[in-house]
This record gives sequence, C-alpha cells and structure tokens, in this order.
Amino acid sequence: MTSSALQAQGLGLGYGARRVIDGLDMDLPAGKVTAILGPNGCGKSTLLHAMARLIPLQAGHILLEGQDMARMAPKTLARRLAILPQAPLVPPGILVADLVRRGRAPWRGLLEPWNAAHAQVCDQALAAVGLTDLAQEPLESLSGGQRQRAWIALVLAQATPVLLLDEPTTWLDLPHQMEILGLLRRLNRDNGTTVISVLHDLNLAARFSDHLILLGPRGLVAAGAPDAVITETHLLEAFALAARVLPDPVSGTPMVCPL
Amino acid sequence: MAVKLGLILLLFLLAVALTLGVGVQGLSWQAVRGAMGGYDPNDPLQVVLAEIRLPRLAAGLIAGGALGVAGSVMQALTRNPLADPGLLGVDAGAAFAVVLGALYLGQSDAGILAALAFPGAALAAMAVFLLGGGLSGEPGPIRLTLAGLAMSALLLSLVNGLILLRGDALEVFRFWIAGTLALGLQKPLLALAGVSLVGWWLALWIAPLLETLALGRGLARGLGTSPLKVQGAALLAITLLTGSAVAIAGPIAFLGLIVPPLARRLAGRNLRHELLAAPFIGASVLLFADALGRMILAPAEVRVGVMTAILGGPVFVWIARSLRLGEVR
Repeated sequence: MTSSALQAQGLGLGYGARRVIDGLDMDLPAGKVTAILGPNGCGKSTLLHAMARLIPLQAGHILLEGQDMARMAPKTLARRLAILPQAPLVPPGILVADLVRRGRAPWRGLLEPWNAAHAQVCDQALAAVGLTDLAQEPLESLSGGQRQRAWIALVLAQATPVLLLDEPTTWLDLPHQMEILGLLRRLNRDNGTTVISVLHDLNLAARFSDHLILLGPRGLVAAGAPDAVITETHLLEAFALAARVLPDPVSGTPMVCPL
Repeated sequence: MAVKLGLILLLFLLAVALTLGVGVQGLSWQAVRGAMGGYDPNDPLQVVLAEIRLPRLAAGLIAGGALGVAGSVMQALTRNPLADPGLLGVDAGAAFAVVLGALYLGQSDAGILAALAFPGAALAAMAVFLLGGGLSGEPGPIRLTLAGLAMSALLLSLVNGLILLRGDALEVFRFWIAGTLALGLQKPLLALAGVSLVGWWLALWIAPLLETLALGRGLARGLGTSPLKVQGAALLAITLLTGSAVAIAGPIAFLGLIVPPLARRLAGRNLRHELLAAPFIGASVLLFADALGRMILAPAEVRVGVMTAILGGPVFVWIARSLRLGEVR
C-alpha cells in the first residue's frame, strides 16, 4: 500500500460563481509520476494551482502528506512542494546559474549569505538537467528545450519531495517533449521525487507515468494506472472522442488511435 | 569589480568637490580647511561654505541618493525599465500634498510641510500601482507608465491650480515646477536623511524577495513569497525615499530613470548590489547636474530639476526604443 503525497477531499474550485471542479475526491500516490489529463477547460491547471495553494479553495480540503495544506506557513509549504507554472517571467539578462539560485529562496534567511551548501544543491540541479556547461549563459540565449530544463533546475534547487509542473512540454517539439518527460521520470527514479504534471499528449502520458488522473467536463472520469484509465469508454466520456486503444508497440502502454 | 567600485567612488568624490567648489563665489581649499579648523562668521568664504554650499551638498546627497534607490526599487517592483518616481506620479503626489498643506496650514512649519510629502507619495504610489493593474495580474510596462503619466499630469495640474489661488505664489510655483537644491538650509535635513536611510535599509532587506517576485506571481508564491507583502514593503520604501527627496528638493524628473541602468552596469544584476550602488550614483548624477546648472548660465542658475529633465529625456527615449516588443504589454 503506497502512501499519498496529495489528497483532495470534497474539493470545489472555480472563479467567482463559475465552478470548474465540484466535489472532487482524489489521491495522488507518493514517490510516483502522476499526469493529470483532460480536455481544454476542464480544470486541469486550476486543480494543479489549487494543489500548490496558488488559488483559494471554494470547498473541501487538500492534504499534503496527510496535513491540511491551508494551515501551513508559506515557507514550510515551499520546502515541501514546488510548482513550475506554465509561463514564468524571464528577468531580463538573467544567467542560468542565477535563475537556479532563486530556487533556494525558501531555504534562506533574507540576510543569510550564500554558502557552499546552497551552491552544491544548485550545481546538482544543473547537473540533473544537463545544463552544467550552460550555467553562465543568459537564459534568453537558450533553446526552448534547454530553457524548460533551466526552469526545472530552479524547482529542483527548491529540493522538495513533491514537484508540480503545469504543461511542462507545451510549445516543445516531440524530441524535446520526450527529453523533458524522460528527465522527470529519471528524477523520480533517482530521488524518489513525487512528480505531478498536467499533460496534453495521452500516449506520452501513458508511457511516462505510473498514475493518471483523467478529468472530463463533469469532473473526475477515472484515476489509476494507465491501463485502467486510458480506455475507449473513458475517452468518450472525457473528450467525447471516439477512439481505439491499442498497446503501444514500444512500451506496451495504452496508445490512442482516434477514429 | 574593484575598478568599477573605484569608478563609482571617484565620480562621487568629484561630484562632492564640484558642488562645494563651483558657484558665484569661487571656493579654495584654504577656506574649506579654515572652516574645519573653527568656524569664523566674519569670513565670507566660510559663510558661503557653511550656509550655502554644505546645505546644498547635503540636499543633493539625500535627494539624489534617495531617488536613485527609489528608481531601482520601482523598476524591480514593476519589472519596467521605464519606471521612475517622477514618471509614475509619486513625486507629483508628494508635491500635491505639500502644496495643499502650505495653502491650508500656512507656510509656518517646514517640518510639518515636509512630513506631508510622505502620505502624498504613498497615496499616489498606491493609486498608480492599482490603476496599472498591480493587483489583477502582472502589470506590464506600458499600462503602468500610462497610469503614472495620467496620475502625474492630474496631480501636477492640481498643484498648479492650488498655487494660482495664492497671491504670493511665484516662488512656491517655481519650486514645485522644477526642483532645486538651493533651499537645503530651510529643510529638516537630518530627519529626512534618517527617513531615507530607513527606506534604503528596507529596500536592501527585501531585495531578494523582489527578485523572486520578478519570476511571476505563481512561481514566487510557490517559492514561499507573499506577493502582496513584498509589494507593500516596496511601496513603503519608495514612499519613504521619494517623499524625502521631494520634501528637500521638489520634483526632480528622470533621476530615478537614469540611475538604475547605470547601477546595473556597474554593480551587476544582483538587486542588492544594484541598491548598494544606486545612492552613490544617484547623488553623483544629481550633484553633477546641479553644478552644470550653476555653470552654464553663471551667475544665474538653471534649476537642477530642469537639468535632469534635459539629461533624462534622451535617456528615456533610448530605453524606450531598446525595449523589445515582447516586453511591451
């Protein structure tokens, strides 16, 4: 029996009077790679933002490792859970190494000088994403895939057991999508980090994840292992998409062929 | 690094020497040394030094230093290289409050009038920040600059309106149209120096939080920062700094715009380093502009507020043109 990294209980989310998610219960396993899937506008990103406490809950609770998140101090939360939003802002002229250093913010006092321990965490983060050689380059000079890896290095420097990513592969071409998802998979395997991302590509999500959450227009459709979640009936319910589901000839995970 | 530090220091000392030495009455080192040995009120050179030049120097140091830091904080807070306490209406707010006070309280107490600059600056800073979209999302440079210009224009026309209500308005009017360092002796310099030091300290203290905020609200909150608290502290620092500067010297255009890029070039991209360099660069630029203003039309003087406007206009155009389209929202 695996423990939960994050649990939602009777979760209600929305903007003003418009409810996007209502009465959602779910359980995200610790130490696993989870992908949140669903059609545009079904509340995937909203759900992810709520799990990082970026937006207020309209109803229900979110538990982080069994503790109610609403009562945690901001720094405590930031030491246990990191989020990479979809389009963070690039400070003009910033170097990759300086960007990654900012990930240490929750671990540093405001007047505490930079020290070797922080530097080591940042070096490891840069090495993990393969950007050690580009550390002294301006972020703006990097390619799309390298840039995304730099942002991931920032949240890695935050050194949290739980990592949330909002559509980390959007705007990237297929090889770079594979590269980012492979990187997240490896981080999970090497460090035991719980990785939770919002993704669009069903086949890649099935291939790189242990656990899937499929949302539809009327809330949760299915949750569980890829084989159990990516089925023809679930796709019809979530996306109104008629499709055949075949085993992926490379990985054996479910593969969607739209009809 | 050492070279750049030396450069900052050299320019600073040169500006100080120029301020003490340049004027209608030339000043020699003998006079300065004599004054240090013991003040002789019968020596006209020493009187010039003690009652004109030194207060002028103090006014320039405080106002220039404070505006330099205020400009850097503002640009970091708004992520806008065009932000400046003058452009964003903060010093117009301070000016409005002081003139309003002078009109209704009489010009009796310089301390009270100077103190009024702070609520004025605070209200204007908050109004511009809200109008510019500070709460609803990520305020873009263009929206914020427009809000600031509108606020500035409104408040300055109110200032002009108030001044025109007075019979003896000309001197007041001149002070509030373009700043000057000539009135230092009439101001509570020590108190205002203290207030700007508090503002500087606050800015230095929150610098890493402002850097985190520059990554966008979502990521900043994910890193354990509370955007509202940081923004509030930054606005407080801007208010303390701009209020002090305006209370001493009146409105000084563009100084907060010129200083931050220079400070970044000399001190690097670390905001705390930039904020450490900014007051020295700000004071140097202001004192140079002041000395220049006293030289070109001698024995008359061009007010330093006019000089910085002349110097800063081209800088504004240059920065605006070098902004890439992606940064303009």
